[in-house]
Amino acid sequence: MSEALNIIQDPTLTYHQELLALARLGESTDNSLRYSDAYYEAKRKGALCDLNEGVMPYRPRYICPDYDLLFQKGCKFLELDPPKDLLEAVNVLEIFYCHVPSITSFPVYLGDLDRLLEPFVVREDRAYAKKVLGLFLRNIDRVQTDSFVHADIGPEDSITARLLLELTEEMQLAVPNLTLRYDPETTSDDFALACVKCMLKTAKPSFANHRMFVKEWGERYAIASCYNGLSIGGGGFTLPRLRLYECALDAKSPEDFLERELPRHIDLQLEYMDKRVKFIVEQSSFFKTNFLVTEGFVKRENFTGMFGVVGLAECCNYLLGITDKKKGFGMNEEATALGLRIMDAIDARVKAHEAPYCEAYGHRYRLHAQVGIDTDGMDDSPGTRIPIGVEPTMLEQLEVNEKFHPYFPTGTGDIFKFEETWLKTPDAILAIIKGSLENGLRYFSGYLENNDVVRVTGYLVKKSEIEKLRAKKQSLNNVTVFGMGAQDGGHALDRRVQQYGEGTGQ
Amino acid sequence: MVKAPVNKIIPFSNVDGPGNRTSIFFQGCPFNCLFCHNPETIHLCRNCGVCVKNCPVGALNIDADYKVIWNREKCVQCDTCIKVCPHDASPKIQWMTVEEVMKEVRRASPYIAGITTSGGECTLQNEFLIELFSNVLKLGKTCLIDSNGSFDFEADPRVLKVSEGVMLDVKAVEKGWNDELISFPRDIVLKNLDYLLQIGKLYEVRTLIFPNRDRENEETVRYVAEHIRDRCFYKIIRYRPYGVREKNRKRIGEFETDLDYAERFAALAREKGATKAYVV
Ligand code: SF4
Ligand code: SF4
Repeated sequence: MSEALNIIQDPTLTYHQELLALARLGESTDNSLRYSDAYYEAKRKGALCDLNEGVMPYRPRYICPDYDLLFQKGCKFLELDPPKDLLEAVNVLEIFYCHVPSITSFPVYLGDLDRLLEPFVVREDRAYAKKVLGLFLRNIDRVQTDSFVHADIGPEDSITARLLLELTEEMQLAVPNLTLRYDPETTSDDFALACVKCMLKTAKPSFANHRMFVKEWGERYAIASCYNGLSIGGGGFTLPRLRLYECALDAKSPEDFLERELPRHIDLQLEYMDKRVKFIVEQSSFFKTNFLVTEGFVKRENFTGMFGVVGLAECCNYLLGITDKKKGFGMNEEATALGLRIMDAIDARVKAHEAPYCEAYGHRYRLHAQVGIDTDGMDDSPGTRIPIGVEPTMLEQLEVNEKFHPYFPTGTGDIFKFEETWLKTPDAILAIIKGSLENGLRYFSGYLENNDVVRVTGYLVKKSEIEKLRAKKQSLNNVTVFGMGAQDGGHALDRRVQQYGEGTGQ
Repeated sequence: MVKAPVNKIIPFSNVDGPGNRTSIFFQGCPFNCLFCHNPETIHLCRNCGVCVKNCPVGALNIDADYKVIWNREKCVQCDTCIKVCPHDASPKIQWMTVEEVMKEVRRASPYIAGITTSGGECTLQNEFLIELFSNVLKLGKTCLIDSNGSFDFEADPRVLKVSEGVMLDVKAVEKGWNDELISFPRDIVLKNLDYLLQIGKLYEVRTLIFPNRDRENEETVRYVAEHIRDRCFYKIIRYRPYGVREKNRKRIGEFETDLDYAERFAALAREKGATKAYVV
């Protein structure tokens, strides 16, 4: 059977999912964008992975439009005037979202919704505003059917943010993903606690270390897709990843890896990125003719390449001959120290590389702890995470995570699963979040054990939707299928549960 | 240097006082409650050696002084030793100095509101607590005492000076019921209840509600509620059979107290003025 026929006959794909799969197939019929033999060899071995980005990129991977500009000037191409009230504002956004491309064809960044909509919300009565925002969220969930669609709120409290939290709880939707930009100075405890409660019940928002992102990106940064830091009015050209475990397989020792195998693979990935970035800018029409560019919603110089890594834990364990994961990376100081040396080496080599374009970042790519894909299985844990199933206590886990998060301006994150009693003590969770962000954690996600909406590796899915796929029914959300793969292959939903402190001497 | 027998330290606990806290459990308790949920914390090890023979992985040994030594690295936490111990003790404890405990507290300190000491009965380690709390206060964190009320706080209030307050168990008020349940006179507990209230150091009272013990439960709840009123939290805890010694389970109850039954007593407490009563 031909691949096209497979797609056309697959009962679990919706019409749009078929269309996207066929487009991917069509793209793969051209192979004029070529890389070195060494690159293909490393890819074949699984040491490099292109995340199925497609062989002929016709748009940057992630695009973060400047929605402030949209609200100021409107959009000529889409014939939209600047909105004058709340109804117009959400309508303008809903239309605009449908024209923001990405690797998934869905917009990965919906804007800082509270800041954008607050001037309109304050002019309406609360019940009416809530009604409009509820319909807006429903539109997003049913039209932008992909869990990598992401909106941001904070750091300051606002009526809009509160309404979005209330609706998120009431509606229990997997889309959009949501992040609170948390700043201990400007985010009130009351607002942060409301976010913690909502996070426990709906797996969102996650908490982003606002100060850390501002230091790297300036005030105008976006959290897009899973947890990706990028510039507003810019984005990410491409995101390939080193699969560090496979990169290490031919190394004779940790030293050999650091001197030979690691630099070799880094350079191959850089070669790949350079060629792709040039292709997107110079060959594809996006940066020449797309209205997002011509009307200034994004600027080419605000894009960067995202240099991804996965499987640091397994890489370190392998190099140190550790076979029992319970005694490996995360629980073992030697393995953690090796992890830091490896990250230092990657960081230095990527920073030394002069990248094409990426002007806003001094012609540099930025590191990304890739969150894993459904086919990774148990060989490569996401980014620098401690493998699922052997996580130490939350305190020990945070201590390790805090060391690694600063390396990744384009994103990393850790996820904690909590047992029911924590719902009664959001202040306890907020204390943990505050402490960890202060100590260098970049991004904190949490959810409650028994939720329907759960966070898989970075994105959200509904457990009930996974069950639909298992029953060979269609799921509207494009990402549900990844969730199923990650659950089966990577046991992604089996992460350690944070128990309440055990009973006292009663 | 003072040392104390530590049963375990939980770096993050959300059920031992306000916020996220590090909980430190000390070994040893002067009570011997029928319903004790972790009877292995009651006594110090007598070095009888029974558990040593039963450990499946050889994590327990007897040293030259006939002391039982626990090897943390080898231990697989199967709890066989605790099950076979004839003396309600555990070989898995550590004698720690204040500095050693402080090392753990300092690690957790960025994430916690404070510490709670518990047990066993932590007030058996009064001198240790005073030193520990003084150090914790310097970190800007608070210290709470979880106590069964056997320590006479009025006679020696030093530890209260460095503590936020006490979470006090009032298990039984009626004398006959108390003596059956606890094997320790109740007067000192009730005296502590009054004293701690009077000096504003009572953070919370806890009472366990037993299945099918209408009269006993009511008497305790009524007494506590009338005394504390709205001045502190009142945590009404459902009895659960987990961890309770086999022979006692037969006497006290094989099943957990159901929620509705416990709620009745919380309602009673509120009716008697203890507005901050709640069931867990
Ligand atoms: S809990 Fe540890 S010390 Fe006790 S019997 Fe099991 S392995 Fe041995
Ligand atoms: S823990 Fe119990 S069984 Fe083991 S030596 Fe001590 S008293 Fe004996």
